[in-house]
Amino acid sequence: MGSTVGLGACEIAELVSSKEISALEVAEEHLALIESQDANLNSFLQLSSSAAIAAAKEVDAKIARGEDPGRLAGVPIALKDNLVTRGQTTTCASQILKEWKPPYSATVVERVSSAGAVAMGKTNLDEFAMGSSTENSSFGPTRNPYDLNRVPGGSSGGSAAAVAAKFAALALGSDTGGSIRQPAALCGIVGVKPTYGTVSRYGLIAFASSLDQVGPFARSVKDAALLLQVIAGHDPRDSTSLESPFPDLVSNLDKGVRGLRVGIIEELIEGAAPMVGEALMASARSLSDQGAKVEHVSVPAVTYGLSAYYLIAPAEASSNLARYDGVRYGLRVDGQDMNETYVSTRTQGFGAEVKRRIMLGTFALSSGYYDAYYVKAQKVRTMISDSFQNAYDRFDVLLSPTAPTTAFELGAKASDPLTMYLSDVCTIPTNLAGHPAMSVPYGLGENQMPIGIQILAPALGEVNMFRVAKAIENAAPAITKGLFWE
Amino acid sequence: MADNSIPSDGVEGFLPGWEMVVGLEVHCELKTKTKLFCGCANSFGQEPNTNICPVCLGLPGSLPVINEQAVELAIRIGLSLNCTVDKSIFHRKNYFYPDMPKDYQVSQYEKAINENGILELPLSKKTVRIERAHIEEDTGKSVHVGGDGGRIHGADHSLVDYNRAGIPLVEIVSAPDLRSAEEAREYVTELRSILVASAASDGKMEEGSLRVDANVSVRRQGSEEFGTRCEIKNLNSLRSLTRAIGYEARRQVALIEAGERVVQQTRHWNEDQGITSAMRSKEEAYDYRYFPEPDLVPLEPSTEWISEIRRHIGLLPAARRERLTALFSDVSYGPVYDQIVTAVGLGLDDLVVGAAENGADPRLALARATNEVASDIGNLPRLTIENFSGLIKLESQSKLSATQAKTVLGKMLESGADAAEVAKSLGFEALDSTVIEDLVDQVIGASPKEWERFSSGEDQLAGFFVGQVMKLSKGKADGKIVTSLLRSKRS
Repeated sequence: MGSTVGLGACEIAELVSSKEISALEVAEEHLALIESQDANLNSFLQLSSSAAIAAAKEVDAKIARGEDPGRLAGVPIALKDNLVTRGQTTTCASQILKEWKPPYSATVVERVSSAGAVAMGKTNLDEFAMGSSTENSSFGPTRNPYDLNRVPGGSSGGSAAAVAAKFAALALGSDTGGSIRQPAALCGIVGVKPTYGTVSRYGLIAFASSLDQVGPFARSVKDAALLLQVIAGHDPRDSTSLESPFPDLVSNLDKGVRGLRVGIIEELIEGAAPMVGEALMASARSLSDQGAKVEHVSVPAVTYGLSAYYLIAPAEASSNLARYDGVRYGLRVDGQDMNETYVSTRTQGFGAEVKRRIMLGTFALSSGYYDAYYVKAQKVRTMISDSFQNAYDRFDVLLSPTAPTTAFELGAKASDPLTMYLSDVCTIPTNLAGHPAMSVPYGLGENQMPIGIQILAPALGEVNMFRVAKAIENAAPAITKGLFWE
Repeated sequence: MADNSIPSDGVEGFLPGWEMVVGLEVHCELKTKTKLFCGCANSFGQEPNTNICPVCLGLPGSLPVINEQAVELAIRIGLSLNCTVDKSIFHRKNYFYPDMPKDYQVSQYEKAINENGILELPLSKKTVRIERAHIEEDTGKSVHVGGDGGRIHGADHSLVDYNRAGIPLVEIVSAPDLRSAEEAREYVTELRSILVASAASDGKMEEGSLRVDANVSVRRQGSEEFGTRCEIKNLNSLRSLTRAIGYEARRQVALIEAGERVVQQTRHWNEDQGITSAMRSKEEAYDYRYFPEPDLVPLEPSTEWISEIRRHIGLLPAARRERLTALFSDVSYGPVYDQIVTAVGLGLDDLVVGAAENGADPRLALARATNEVASDIGNLPRLTIENFSGLIKLESQSKLSATQAKTVLGKMLESGADAAEVAKSLGFEALDSTVIEDLVDQVIGASPKEWERFSSGEDQLAGFFVGQVMKLSKGKADGKIVTSLLRSKRS
């Protein structure tokens, strides 16, 4: 394989900016690898080879003209296919948007592109980001690059697998209940869900608006920090976007963890597989060895997260997904009258999990049930935030497993939605609170699959969260297993 | 039951022993530069589907951002209606319809920006409670081709124009305080004046910038309880409003008197047939599944901002009526007061006040404004206060007869020209009173018998002589002068 495959984002940007390698050769080597190997993985739904080549040439031309090529000069990046890209098919892995070409690009897509990153294509996901294994894609599942019989996690499974497989140095995903962190853990890479409001949602196709947040995937904590800094910051096109400037993460990374107070969330160890629990404790000991004060802490309300989430997220989704009605864009299946057209279009256009959640959400918002379900779930949401706040009065960051298990086999949970939903039990509470959290790999389990450690922080606590992530990364056992193509 | 024979012009005490109860929901388009949540222009009459963007088209991934000017105009409306202006939030109203790009409408549900106001009706002197005046986005516009009555059911196909989607609206909801179609008309007229005077809306019903839904029920006179109500949708003129309410109330009375029950329904007004018909019943009513809009943050207007907005509201109709009333020694509730209400309702009060300030006779100015100018209101912008004052003065100085003055005013509205110029071009040079006297003498000489009868007290013959003089003068003589000359010559 080419010499640039496997290099991190910071390295590539540095080498490209200093003209030691060209953005074009980086793009070509990554595209060649994807073209030869992605048939096995199915991480990309569409590859944008010619646009990538053109973008890479533009980066090289800028450098030749002596202009600043940007912080991500020539870095190959993969985009989850729920981020709209102007003129390029954006499907959400759904039949209902199979051929839809948006007339505009998401803010985050514009930001990475003006920072010089080269978009390789759009990655697979669970349809409309609803799922934890990428098996709910209507274009076939993505596989885990460490074991093709296993899932990469989800919903951002395509982005996670692509970065883990070295098809791209970086990727963007979206995280509504763990859709960045859980696949990052299952694929052995870094994945970050930033504080709600730090990254623009403009152009992110909504699943659950009050929970959705775009975030980075990378193979190192530093690369993830760099990408997050590029995409974070106020966007006037998103009313929920925060005005406060985003802090410099990269320059704070190596400040160590001495004196930081780290709490291990007791409630989230209990359901985890023993090998996952052991890895968590090992990572905690490494932090303590590096000078952090580590203790156990109880955050009781997190146990209600799953129930509240499966009312709030489907409720918002039932409304967000109403617009796919066959009238203006996307799939249209004509019926005898308007209602039949709606029903036929949506019956054919949506997959089973999407329909399940639309029905769940419609029910939760229905008159007579609204107070008992939606309103109550919102109260639980407040309770979870308060419960976290109590913990953050005493701790700078919290630790937990990212997922209760390592990557499971394809089909293992596909027929049992409730078991599948449990994959997100550790990640969901953070989304409900609007706080940041990230997953950092911590070696392999006894089944030779990657394990992820979740670091949680209070709102806008990204600086400390990344310092702890870096410390864990420094101490983590290497992932010694080869990728499927290595 | 569709009975065309029922007269539907609402009048007081429409059926003996019955009382109608009406509450109105008025949707008013705000006069903002751009739409409620995007930068598209807020304009009317463009090619279909040309004034749209990802946001107002509700494309996947797009997000709304509230238009500050829309909030300001909404607050202006609230303050003009004596509402409490407070922190509010947006909700999503979910239902499927092709002209709604997102299949939900962003509106205010639990907490409206303006609540608990009042509106005083100028003629009936009634106080109508305003429950709320909230912000929401308009939908697109459907055209149903084929089938019956321009409705979606039975249409061959439908076309949707999304230019209107996302235009900011304020929905003003009255309490069920109105008791006749005439009161409803008066309410909408006064509300429209307030909206125009506060510069929040252009109030053009004919362009759809003011649309009314009426909730109508009936009850036996003296009853305290409300009857079952029906909501009539989309009444787009004052005529439709009064006819529809009148019809609907009579329909309900007829039902009850026949021993049947009124079913709570949403009804459609058919202008051509003059009847309402059921759109959907309570059982079929949508469950809108309201929930707080997660893409928008709460509106929290500061008290400073609200006071600033209050300071910039222009003269409202009540104050405008007072300003006009002050020009007259006594108006109480007579015809002059009605003319004052009309003048303010049509925005003609500045003209009358201006003319009076220029020394023209206010009573004559008010009459000419509410008759001649009102009947050609579209040309009002061409009429300057100076020119109008000039005309009134020419008339009151008898340099133009009443007939001439009306003709001249008509031309002035068409051309925007000066009164004297128009009069001259029409050959309406004022006749000298000596010339008129000559003509009067000629006429008396030519009709000695008639003159004798007039002289002996047959007053009705005055008209005959005036007519003769007019004929001779080709309409240039002032009738009043002729009459007084005739009277003085008789004695």
